[in-house]
Amino acid sequence: MSLETIQIERVPGTHRVDAAFFRDVSNAEFLQSQLLGRNADFEYAFIDASSVASRLHLLSAVYHAVNTQLTGTLTTTNVHSEVVLSLSPSNNIAEAYRRWGITPAKTKDIIVVSPASTLPTPDEIEQRLREKVQGTPVPLSDEEISKSTDWPKLRKYYGLNGVPILAAITDEAVRVKEMERLIIMRMALRGL
Amino acid sequence: MAAHAAPVEFALPQVLTYPAPTPPILVAQGAEGRLYKTTYITPSLPCALKYRSPKQYRHPILDARLTKARIQAEAKVLDRCCREGVPVPAVYALDATAGWLAMEWVDGVPVRQGINVWLGDRPEDDAISDAEVADETPLVDLMKRIGDAVGALHRTGVIHGDLTTSNMMLLPWADGQSNGASSEDGEKKKAVGGDVILIDFGLATQSVTDEDRAVDLYVLERAFASTHPRAERLFTHVLEAYKQTFKKAPSVIRKLEDVRMRGRKKSMLG
Repeated sequence: MSLETIQIERVPGTHRVDAAFFRDVSNAEFLQSQLLGRNADFEYAFIDASSVASRLHLLSAVYHAVNTQLTGTLTTTNVHSEVVLSLSPSNNIAEAYRRWGITPAKTKDIIVVSPASTLPTPDEIEQRLREKVQGTPVPLSDEEISKSTDWPKLRKYYGLNGVPILAAITDEAVRVKEMERLIIMRMALRGL
Repeated sequence: MAAHAAPVEFALPQVLTYPAPTPPILVAQGAEGRLYKTTYITPSLPCALKYRSPKQYRHPILDARLTKARIQAEAKVLDRCCREGVPVPAVYALDATAGWLAMEWVDGVPVRQGINVWLGDRPEDDAISDAEVADETPLVDLMKRIGDAVGALHRTGVIHGDLTTSNMMLLPWADGQSNGASSEDGEKKKAVGGDVILIDFGLATQSVTDEDRAVDLYVLERAFASTHPRAERLFTHVLEAYKQTFKKAPSVIRKLEDVRMRGRKKSMLG
């Protein structure tokens, strides 16, 4: 079982969040073309795992996206693309897709999230994903995510280079925690 | 007279009406808004949610605009402080239009409470004298940490606007840092131990003038003197540490002399 149904605080019962993590995906190009073609079978958020720091980081974005939908202020076409935009610290949608969505040549590890109000059962979603995503399913844990995380890239995306507090921390584990904290903050303050 | 009026039940903000295993708790209520303790993403991550409710006495359009601007300003100040290493809670999420801001939960007690526990049942008129200062080392250390925190804040270019010992939290250190001689002594020591975290940036502004910084310190000084008259003498240690942390402190302290003479308001016109 690779698909996990995640309970997020204050996400109402009308939404169910399902997520899966695939490693070494070989058909990123095909997946992206389906997304670009707006194929309804691919109504999920496909996220490049190397741009994700942790589970909390990912779920924060999902929460923001769901909240945006609840308040009726979606700035992209649906809640799935809103998840990708929510990961970005800026309001530039094309840039957000490029950085957090999938890129044919580069993306290897993909996290699929589906916060949806229309409900195929988790089993159906799982089966569908297994057919379409060619990769190895792994658990969506902090440990697995951290294996994919590309920190230099994240530092650039979230403007963390040259932040005084990070330079002062010597302990690597503490620094990662602090970076996660700043990243979540940048996301929350998007557009401010 | 109704000695025990029934507690007023406030309508929850929309965002808190969505389900979560633990119900939100109203922890504080101010003139402008309310503070709830709730959880973020997982039940194990507590968070503080500040909600500025719509004000019936304002025109709706003006009200919406003020609420939005204030939430955004507070979030920006917190972001700036976090990046510069000022001890403040991080922002988890916000919705400026809806008027709420979710922050890291600081699991501790206000500095005010810590100091009062330390002073214990010392009589009102028995202020700490110069001769006794040596016995008050843990409290003096706390004063220094307060000075450090305020110094770091001002260095960042942020004015808090409402510095009091209630707007500072003591985040307890992990156990093992203090081993008091007797248990009662240890308890008191524990009360003033911990990292100082500044909270409530609802009135904060960004400014780098000596005047604003001096007024900020003056507000703290006055608040400290009226909340903890017995420890008033120790306030100099706050200023000492402030000088150590903040390079431009001397000119601010000089300005503080002026402010003491005339009070918080600069202009007596209008």
